[in-house]
Amino acid sequence: MAFGQGRSGGGRGRGGDKKAGDKAQGQRRTLFRRRKVCKFCADKIDDINYKDVKLLGPFVPERGKILPRRISGTCAMHQRKLQTAIKRARQIALIPYVTD
Amino acid sequence: MADRQYELVYILPAETTEQQATDIHGQVESIVSRMNGQVEKSENWGRRRLAYEIAHQKEGVYVLEVINGSGDLMKELDRRLRVMDQIIRHMIVRVDEEKNVVERTRTKRQTESERRRVKRGLPPQRQPGEGRPSADLDDVDDDRFDMVEG
Repeated sequence: MAFGQGRSGGGRGRGGDKKAGDKAQGQRRTLFRRRKVCKFCADKIDDINYKDVKLLGPFVPERGKILPRRISGTCAMHQRKLQTAIKRARQIALIPYVTD
Repeated sequence: MADRQYELVYILPAETTEQQATDIHGQVESIVSRMNGQVEKSENWGRRRLAYEIAHQKEGVYVLEVINGSGDLMKELDRRLRVMDQIIRHMIVRVDEEKNVVERTRTKRQTESERRRVKRGLPPQRQPGEGRPSADLDDVDDDRFDMVEG
């Protein structure tokens, strides 16, 4: 018990100092990156439908995989809807499962 | 119980004639009506390229049917479609719930924006020529570009 308390207390103190230093360095190094926005939120598209191949197309690159959120910038809710739409479109051969 | 709404999409081989397609549509309709359902909409998308080969076919005729009915009806229909060998692929999706959600979010957004606009002392609907004229600017640029080209 005593050991744990001592360690956490010490860690906290030192951690604070270190963090400030890291932050300053980090800000200097930060690259400018364009902020990604969810296409569906921006364009106010409510219905992500499996029949709309034109809408789904940009989220299925050549390989046939679903484009990850970290690249497309889609929000969690719309990525989920997109996922089911793409999987349904695959079932009826509107979108490929794999291409090579 | 209130009826549910489903969408049925099926794919026929590319060499299917118009007559055969209507025959299959008739079969589907008869099953639906026998089990107290109704076909709300039927759409023939015509011949489309398949994204991958199904039953050694590269093209297929897509047909979409929007059906109101019970779950038991769709179960029976699914079983029948499986057996029919003219149909190379089919899929049934329930759509009524999602439709409602979409409708609700749309009306919610509408009323929200109207409420905010009224609060700001503006008329509830967007007036023409209001907001960012980004689309118009783009058009102007395009025109100029066209002129340079021509």
